[in-house]
Amino acid sequence: MSGIPVITVKDLVKRFGKFVANDHLSFEVYEGEIFGFLGANGAGKTTALRILSGLSSPTSGEVIVAGYKAKKDPEKIKKNIGYMCQKFSLYEDLSTRENIMLFGGIYGMSKDLIKKRTEDLLEKLNFLEYSDRMISDLPLGLKQKLAFSVAIFHEPKIVFLDEPTGGVDPITRRQFWEMIYETADRGITVFVTTHYMDEAEYCDRISIMSEGRIVALDTPEELKKQYDAGTVEDVFVKIARPPNPPKGLPA
Amino acid sequence: MQKIIEASGISKKFGDTRALMDISFEVSEGEIFGFIGPDGAGKTTLFRIITTLLLPDEGKMRIMGHDVVTGFIELRKNIGYMPGRFSLYQDLSVEENLNFYATVFGTTVKENYDLISDIYSHIEPFKKRLAGRLSGGMKQKLALSCALIHKPALLVLDEPTTGVDAVSRAEFWEMLKKLKQYNITIIVSTPYMDEAMRCDKVALIQNGQLLSIDQPQKLRQGFTGKLFSIKASEKYRLINALREYPETVTAYAFGDSVHVTFKEDKCDKTICEYLDNKGITNVMINETEAGIEDRFLELMKKV
Repeated sequence: MSGIPVITVKDLVKRFGKFVANDHLSFEVYEGEIFGFLGANGAGKTTALRILSGLSSPTSGEVIVAGYKAKKDPEKIKKNIGYMCQKFSLYEDLSTRENIMLFGGIYGMSKDLIKKRTEDLLEKLNFLEYSDRMISDLPLGLKQKLAFSVAIFHEPKIVFLDEPTGGVDPITRRQFWEMIYETADRGITVFVTTHYMDEAEYCDRISIMSEGRIVALDTPEELKKQYDAGTVEDVFVKIARPPNPPKGLPA
Repeated sequence: MQKIIEASGISKKFGDTRALMDISFEVSEGEIFGFIGPDGAGKTTLFRIITTLLLPDEGKMRIMGHDVVTGFIELRKNIGYMPGRFSLYQDLSVEENLNFYATVFGTTVKENYDLISDIYSHIEPFKKRLAGRLSGGMKQKLALSCALIHKPALLVLDEPTTGVDAVSRAEFWEMLKKLKQYNITIIVSTPYMDEAMRCDKVALIQNGQLLSIDQPQKLRQGFTGKLFSIKASEKYRLINALREYPETVTAYAFGDSVHVTFKEDKCDKTICEYLDNKGITNVMINETEAGIEDRFLELMKKV
């Protein structure tokens, strides 16, 4: 980790009508950092994630991602980030190799570079036997690894992972996290959301959102000390949700 | 205790895919019985057989004395099923959905309101809202209410907590625990290993096969050998270093530490020296108790 910010958010507000989904968020994420973005369902994580990845525009506040402002240059942000969500971003009726090449093309990589990196990637993943198989024929764990590799195929500065490990077996889940570590080691920032609280412990720093605000942000170690908790799960249970939700609000 | 489900040798194929292979288990009355395993393990296929929606290729299954193949009419009256995908009527209101399910099963909301009041009271303020416009947590509560409204003897819940945050998951399990007082038998599947501890009995399932069935406490104790928890400042380098260490058998990341087993359970000074030489700092080594996930990892390796 370098201490050079690749994401800077100052006073980010996002409203939908009267509803404030993001209420003055401010934080920085650094180069090569694994940043865990946690919160209860409905806390506002997805809204923030969509703004950070250039898919939605903030109502007010400043958001700079990979050097570009979210309000002015969302298209440039999209080119400089990778994105993977739980529902696969791969085309089921294309082969493994075709998927990789398609994504390389979308990100404007040259033909030679795509060709070379495709072969490198297939070899690195030990995927040569699957290279011409349809994605629909691949086991879930392999699909997930491939989706992640495709998301960083164009060597973005940041990769956003939205619940990347939902439903996979415990061994695959760990292999997936080792890919995350390796990616961060190469200097790519990893911004990840998860409902597995043990995975939150693998992050360099985590933030916890509740009702549109960031209520905690620090290293897992510090947060556990601060809230006198044995695990991040205990911290989460203590602060992720107000003890008595006000009447009339969705549960 | 009376057996609610007796299954023996259940197998199911879809084309060349063997979704279930020789599955046998028993569930006793009033139990919370958990099927724990990743996506694609066969949980949903098994649940569809239990709910009489799918026929097994081989094997026998009796539920409350009825065969799932021949006795399906009787069984369907006594089973409540909450599928993994939200499957209520999105264009009916909360209240209309509940009334509909009660009517289909020949009862009324009033008659069994006791059973669902704890759960339904959370969403009752929104009873005029269309089901399709509820939040995820509210949909889950409505689906559970609808599955319970005919007071089934057996409740089957397919991944009710997938994609749900840690706080809501804990709340959901509290609701299930309360249902025990009505003597309802509950079968539930989940990909979250930590939820195993909340079940009376657990079956670990992987690639269509049952790896083990037992009480969660006993499953943990089934772990063979000694397990060590190792912490250090440099997590990624620690895992890699441990993998390269010749005495290491397995090394898996677990929260803020790495769970490691060694050949002949030997963990002595040499490991400290080794890690120190690798430039890894603040090393802490403790023997630790195996959890369900440790045992699952161990069993996975043997298959």
